[in-house]
Amino acid sequence: MAEKSKEIDKSSIIKRPPMDLKHPQETLLRKKAIPTIYCPGCGIGTTIHAFLEALTKYSKIPQDQIFVVSGIGCTGRASGYINLDGFHAIHGRAIPFASGVDIAKPSLKPIVISGDGDLFSIGLGHLAHAARRNTDMTVICINNAIYGLTGGQDAPTTPVGAKTRSTPYGKISFPFNLSHITIANGATFCARYTVYEFVQLSKAIGRAINHQGFSFIEVISNCHVNFGRRNDLGDSIAMRQMFKKARVRMKEEDIGFDLHKTDIEYEIGKGFTKIPTGVFLNEKDEPEEFSERITHAYEFKK
Amino acid sequence: MVVEKQQQKVLTGTYFKNGNWAIIEGAIASGIAEFFAYPISPASEIVEYVTYRLPAVGGKAAFIVEDEIASINMCIGASWAGSKVLTATSGPGFSLKQEGLGLAYMTETPLVCVNIMRGGPSTGLPTFSAQGDYMQAQFGSHGDYPAIALTPWSVQECFDLTIEAFNISEQLRSPVILLADGEVGRMMEEITIPDEKDIKVINRKQPPKNTDKSKFRQYDVSGQDDLVPPMAHFGEGYKIFGTGLTHTEDGLPKLDEDLHIELITRLYKKLEVNKHLFTEPYTYEIDDAEVVVIATGITARACLQAVMDARDQGMKVGLYRPITVWPFPKEDIEKIAQKAEIIVAEMSMGQLIWPVERFAKKKCTLVRRIGGTPPEPKKILDAVRKLVKK
Amino acid sequence: METHQHPEDKYYFITDEERCKGCGLCIEFCPKDCLGFSDEINEKGWRVAKMHRMKDCIKCYMCERMCPDFAIFVNEDESAEKAET
Repeated sequence: MAEKSKEIDKSSIIKRPPMDLKHPQETLLRKKAIPTIYCPGCGIGTTIHAFLEALTKYSKIPQDQIFVVSGIGCTGRASGYINLDGFHAIHGRAIPFASGVDIAKPSLKPIVISGDGDLFSIGLGHLAHAARRNTDMTVICINNAIYGLTGGQDAPTTPVGAKTRSTPYGKISFPFNLSHITIANGATFCARYTVYEFVQLSKAIGRAINHQGFSFIEVISNCHVNFGRRNDLGDSIAMRQMFKKARVRMKEEDIGFDLHKTDIEYEIGKGFTKIPTGVFLNEKDEPEEFSERITHAYEFKK
Repeated sequence: MVVEKQQQKVLTGTYFKNGNWAIIEGAIASGIAEFFAYPISPASEIVEYVTYRLPAVGGKAAFIVEDEIASINMCIGASWAGSKVLTATSGPGFSLKQEGLGLAYMTETPLVCVNIMRGGPSTGLPTFSAQGDYMQAQFGSHGDYPAIALTPWSVQECFDLTIEAFNISEQLRSPVILLADGEVGRMMEEITIPDEKDIKVINRKQPPKNTDKSKFRQYDVSGQDDLVPPMAHFGEGYKIFGTGLTHTEDGLPKLDEDLHIELITRLYKKLEVNKHLFTEPYTYEIDDAEVVVIATGITARACLQAVMDARDQGMKVGLYRPITVWPFPKEDIEKIAQKAEIIVAEMSMGQLIWPVERFAKKKCTLVRRIGGTPPEPKKILDAVRKLVKK
Repeated sequence: METHQHPEDKYYFITDEERCKGCGLCIEFCPKDCLGFSDEINEKGWRVAKMHRMKDCIKCYMCERMCPDFAIFVNEDESAEKAET
């Protein structure tokens, strides 16, 4: 914003556009619910946008077969803004709800969009089991390293030393590596991107939706109001610039069996110093997903 | 021959079986497609039998999930996808399910939750019987909601009331709880399953086929006399949205006082308008009775013995057994209290006596026994004798 | 809604004042520094972002993608897109 003083050119404004100009994702937005409840510059809005772009550009599954479930928290409201079948489940239980729908109607593809607190704190047990069963669903976890909606308490993803409202002397316990946990529990597709890498994120979500079985996308997002402000990381712009610097692209071959290579590094005062991003796991032979396995197991009756 | 029999949806005939078996047969006769639960005594037999029986009659899935909370949420999901679902549990599991049940009441999701009651609190007496979950069934989840709970006293009723529970749940778009005590669940006695054509199965109201899908409002009750909105399902093109938050008729969250009052009042009113759907209570000679014994489940069977003995001895005693415990039959209790003294017999420290005393507007006698057995008929008879003498 | 048209490529650029929350992400991440805050304040009290120099725009979609509130978009010329496919 250095050259702010440049003069403003208003000659390009046209009063009456020749056609009805709409946002490319407008049909996928619930207009009654917009504007969102999110703070200005929040990464959740960007992630929803990336998801909608993935649906329109990269997904091979028809939109009427997709439904979106979310849990509680800031991210929990995401499903309400998307004009598809959706459900806002109770805290931590978005995955069981989605599993129930997937079993009752296997033709539907559940997308779970929820936060790190919802999926990995109160709902970790369900995530592990859905990954173990290889339920056909895509989980998009927006990781902002904090409980945002309740006012900024420390989450299981808050890095050591970070100050939050409930850790005034700095976070004591170690954080989770979400991608590591999910791969260890049996997910067949796993990727991590920051909100800065919009195009890559959107393409990865598209791949995850097309993937048969349990796919997981971790989105590193900025909660500049509750996390950034208390740790001197600045506003949403500064935090996204931080992501831009900290991201390190990694490929499946680079990681091998040592999932600790995907650990996020954080320094007090500096913020995130290393965020490995990329597609960490993509099982190419796509093992049979759960609802198909059920159908095969019960074939005796026909 | 055995395999052929298994493929029948309704096993018409007379059997000598237990209550847990009858509940599954009732649920299958109602046409459940999924069953999700977590094993817990004394409801484990349900889980074991349904995983064998349901796939064989064309059900989509019956399996054990990771925990009680997951099971209720998976049931809600499957119900929103258009299936009839059942879950079964016992006391501790029922406590864990409460938040999910609250969601089901708020989002108006039809499902049936069986609770085979066991001794508590906490792990308590896992394999023993109790009647301690009556209050939990109505007040277990936070906030205001009208609960529906049915309670059987025999194996035959386990079958009949399960079908009844599904019919009520589908018609009212509400979860229904089947509260059977452990004794009823595991007791073996004769049960007759009628012909398939004699079983009345009602399915949920769905939006008419010519509905404009883009204008569909999922909680719109205008034109619905029963105050129950028709239920659209996922994958039908309606783009529905469900939330546990206070919601508008479109299903979208809106935190507004008036809206909340309107929504919660409708949930209560829905039950009042459809009062006729609830199962009538069982009564035994209460018309001329001076003393009426109120009891449910296995305790009511002990009471029936006591009441019969008392009648033999010339005392004017009757038995009133509410089959629909929630919503509480307050008019009946008020009527009984006007002309008779009331004894409440329970297999708990006293739960049903709270609403009974509230609506009777007088002190009632409580006969209780905890620890796995119902009060003996002798004890109830003693209590009756004391009141009659007065 | 303020609509701009690129002087040469004729595509449209739209900012929606009602949705904008003034976070400034689009301004920061515009590689050509086309955007800036306007003096206008919208109904919710945010200072909204506006297109300042449309002739510099290179249609990179960075602003559209960075915007968390669906307030900025570049309208792809539909006829051109059809010709491509």
